Parts: sequence; structure tokens; C-alpha cells
Amino acid sequence: MNKRIKRLRKEIVYYLMALPGLTYLFINNYMPLPGLVLAFKNYNAKDGIWRSPWAGFDNFKYLFMTNDAFVITRNTVLYNLVFITLNTVFGISAAILLSRLRAKRVRNIYQIVMLLPHMISSVIISYLVFSFLGVEHGLINSMLTASGKEAISWYTEKQYWPFILVIVNVWKSIGYQAILYLSSIVSIDDSYYEAAVIDGANSWQQITKITLPLLKPTIIMLVLLAVGRIFNSDFGLFYQVPMNSGALFPVTNTIDTYVYRGLIELGTITRSAAAGMYQSIVGFILVLTANLIVRKIDRDNALF
Amino acid sequence: MNKDRTIQIIGHIVMFIITVCILLPLFILIGSSLTDNLTLIQCGYNVFPRKFSLDAYEYIFNSKESIFRSYGISIVLVMVGTTVSLCLSLPLAYAISRPGLTLKGPLIFYVFFTMLFNGGLVPTYVNYVNVFHIRDTFLALLLPNLLMNAMYILLIKNYFQNSVPEELMEAATVDGAGRFNIFLRIALPLAKPIIATIMLFVATGYWNDWNNGYVYLSKRRDLYGIQTLLNVLNQNIQALAQQDFDMNSSAEALSEMPTVSVRMAMAVVGLLPILVMYPFLQKNIVKGITLGAVKG
Repeated sequence: MNKRIKRLRKEIVYYLMALPGLTYLFINNYMPLPGLVLAFKNYNAKDGIWRSPWAGFDNFKYLFMTNDAFVITRNTVLYNLVFITLNTVFGISAAILLSRLRAKRVRNIYQIVMLLPHMISSVIISYLVFSFLGVEHGLINSMLTASGKEAISWYTEKQYWPFILVIVNVWKSIGYQAILYLSSIVSIDDSYYEAAVIDGANSWQQITKITLPLLKPTIIMLVLLAVGRIFNSDFGLFYQVPMNSGALFPVTNTIDTYVYRGLIELGTITRSAAAGMYQSIVGFILVLTANLIVRKIDRDNALF
Repeated sequence: MNKDRTIQIIGHIVMFIITVCILLPLFILIGSSLTDNLTLIQCGYNVFPRKFSLDAYEYIFNSKESIFRSYGISIVLVMVGTTVSLCLSLPLAYAISRPGLTLKGPLIFYVFFTMLFNGGLVPTYVNYVNVFHIRDTFLALLLPNLLMNAMYILLIKNYFQNSVPEELMEAATVDGAGRFNIFLRIALPLAKPIIATIMLFVATGYWNDWNNGYVYLSKRRDLYGIQTLLNVLNQNIQALAQQDFDMNSSAEALSEMPTVSVRMAMAVVGLLPILVMYPFLQKNIVKGITLGAVKG
């Protein structure tokens, strides 16, 4: 007993140091959890969360009986699958190219530029996209009308948006992905390449026989972690870049934007809560599964 | 050797094209903001201003109220947010990095779990609005989500564990320094690289945030940061475009709406700190990204 008290006295400073941070996490991350019960309530502001009448599974029923759940799940998952594929392919290609360039200074400039979009807020990205797609003065429409074609009302024609969003996502992510892969390419031992050169391997063979195989664990890990987050969409991209245009919802509405609009614009707060809970739980299961697989492959790279 | 040369050339060509594609939208934005508004409306956006004009920036500079103030709010928010964030994160990370701490495991899990599962937007919103009443206060910009991030804490914790030699701290203990003093005088100075990186991420997070302002401010438009202001302009434009012409209200809204070049200039101004600081801090960012990818 005495020992324990002594130990506590020694450690109390550390607990006091941790306390403010832990309190914030409690407020920001743990206190909201009981609020998940909203998904099963018929909320009205007057009664508050706890005294509002129960609604059973009505909110979920609404979500899944209408087309809503299907559309937002499809959009979220499909876009993510395309993003993951393209990010991986482009990220690896850019990283390999960068690693091959000998001019260090220029290489550094490429790297700086490529990572820049990662630092830009999605609001400003939407302004950038608008300067291309703006109906009246946008660059693309100016070019279309100059060459005698008809201008396109980009923000009301949904068929273009899957492509636009994919392009914007590549623009935004390529540098970030390249840097992730570059860091593991750089850590490959030079002696592999030296031996290959002596054996007469050309650059292409070096890439396919050395770089890619040695990159495989990193690729698998990053892809699996991304798949684990497949139920979460880049909210800024889907909300800001299409400028929240209603005509585009069938192809731009993801779980995150649906939850957000329900809460902020439509006031259908319980439906939002239901969709949010659906996302949290499926997302949780996916992360756990992805991590389990990563753990099987390579223990060191698993999250836990 | 000849083949290698071809690869170098192709590599540079491809990289150059990528660089241009990435920079082009930014140049168009900047070019448009420097174009006379009428010319902009007639000729559209362009990289090179057809008729150079600083009117848009003059307008921003002279508009005493909204734009200037929101810029100020953004700056204050970044400074306060980053400071508070470090004051909370560093001691916590240090504490849970101490070897042999009785509750080490549970505390790390407590932090880590917030990365795995969260209530999402609605419960968080209800919690902050109904329990803490932060709606329409400065705290609404500061508190939700941005202040601390479990991944950053774990990164700092790992840094304390792996890169700050335990012997140094033990030696200080023998010299009679208190535990908190060791943290302040020895551990923190040695952790400078990771602190700089995390500071940068937190600061960028606050500077780029438009979300908290949009969600939690309804009456206090004077608390809008620059990104929130840009977002609200966006929303208004879209609302105008979709409106079933209620002539009066849209005419009124239109007259309040800044011109196209002013909006572009505002976006440039919102982007400016990032553009100016980023090239110098890029090394720290890269370090943070690669660290974060390995764990987290």
C-alpha cells in the first residue's frame, strides 16, 4: 500500500500534465457519444435530446426506404474506390519519376509545387474550380464560345461531375501521395540498384524488378488503410467544389454532405443523426477489419 | 548512359506538365484578381490580365468592416488556437510517453480510440450547442475538432519516446530537477523539430477552416474568419443562381455582392499566407506527412 502511494506521488505530476488534454478529448470526442441516441428519437428543441419522444427505428427506416441511403452510400464508396485507385497509380508513378531525376534542386521544386494543393482550403479550391467552370466568364466556357460552341451550364449538368470531382481530387492529392511513396523509395538501399546496373539492368527493369517489389508492403498498407476509411468522404471536396448546387446532388451527395445538409440547411436533425450513426458504425467495422488484415501482413505497420 | 538521358528528359517533361497543371488554376485566380472587373466580365478569366487593375485589392483594403475584420479574426484564431493546442497536446504527449507510468496503456488507448470512432457531426453539434452554449462565440471557432488531434499527440509521444534520450532526463532527476522542470527545460527543447511540424499542421488547420464558422455562427457575422466569409459568398451566389426570381430580394442581394474580381482577390488574400510561408516550411510538412503515414 505504502509503495503504491509513493508511486502515485511520483506520478501525480504526469497525470496533472495530461489532465487538460484529456479533458478536451473528453468534451470533444467522448461527451457527444451518448448523443448518438438522437438517431432513435423524434427530436424537438424544446424537450432536448433526452426528453424528446422515442422514434424507434423510424429514422433509419426513412433513410433506407427512400433512395437516400443507396445514393449516398454508392457515391461515397464509388468515388473513394476511384480515388484510391488513381491516387495509388499516380502517386507511385510520380514518386518513381521524382526519385529517378538527378537534378536535386529542380526535383525539390517539383515536390514543393506538387504538395501545394494539399495545403489549400477547400473553399479556395472551389474558387479555383469556379474560375474554370463559371457559367458566364469561366475559362472553359470562354474557350467554348470562342470556338463557336455553346457554353455549358456546368453547375447544373450533373453528367460532368464524376469526372470533375475525380480530376480535382487528383490535382489535390497527387503530391501528397507521391511524398508518401517517395519516402519509402528513398529508403531502398542503393546497393540493390548498383548490383542491378552491373548486371546490365536498364531503368525500366530496375523499376519493375526492384522498386515496385520493395514498395509492395507500403502500397498494400496505404491502400488497406484507405479502404478502411472508404465510408468517409472528403467533405470539402463534395460540398464546396460543386458549390452546394442542388441539381448535382445525385452525383455529389455523400454521407458526409447528407448529414451536414440535414443538420445545417434542412433541419432534419434526427435523419442526419441516423445517417451519421450508420457511417460511424460501418466505418468503425471497416477500420478494424482493414487493420486486422494489415496486422496479418505486417505487424509493424498496423495501427494497433 | 544514353537511355538514362532519355529517362531524365522524359521525367522532366512529365514533371513540368504536372507542375503547370497544378499552378495554372492559381495563376488564373491571381491573374483574374488583377484584372479590371468590366474586362473580366466581358472577356472571362485569364492568366494574364487583359486590363491590369488593382481596384479589387483597393476595395478590400478600403472596406474597413467585413473583409479586414475577418482577416484579423483568422489571424487571432490561428495564434490562439495553435498556442492552446500546443499547451494541451505537449504535456499530454509527454505524460503518456513516460516509461513505467501506471496508467500508460489505458491513457494511450483513451487518446487512440478517438481516432477509431466518433459520434460524428450531429452529436458533436448538439453537445457544443446545448451543453456548452458556444454558438455565436469565439469559442465556436476554437473548440470543435481543431484543437487537438489524436494522431498528432501520438506522433509527439513517439518522438519523446524515441528521440529524446532517457539518460539525459534521469541525469537531471539526480541533479534534483522537478519532473515538470525536466519537461520544460530538457524534453521540450529536444523535441523542437516535431513541435514545429505539428504547430504548422494545427495552424494550417485553423487558417483553412470554414466549417466551424459556418456551423456554429448564425447571428455573429462579425466573427467570420476569411474562409468562412469566402464560403458564405459562395453559398449566396449559389442561392441567387437557384432562386425563383424574387426580383426585389435578389436585386438587393446582388448589390451587396462583391464584384467578380473582388471575390477573386479575396480568395488570393485568403491564400496568401499559405503561399508565402509554405515554401519555407515545406520540409517540416513533408516530415510530418511521412511520419503520420507510418503510424496513423
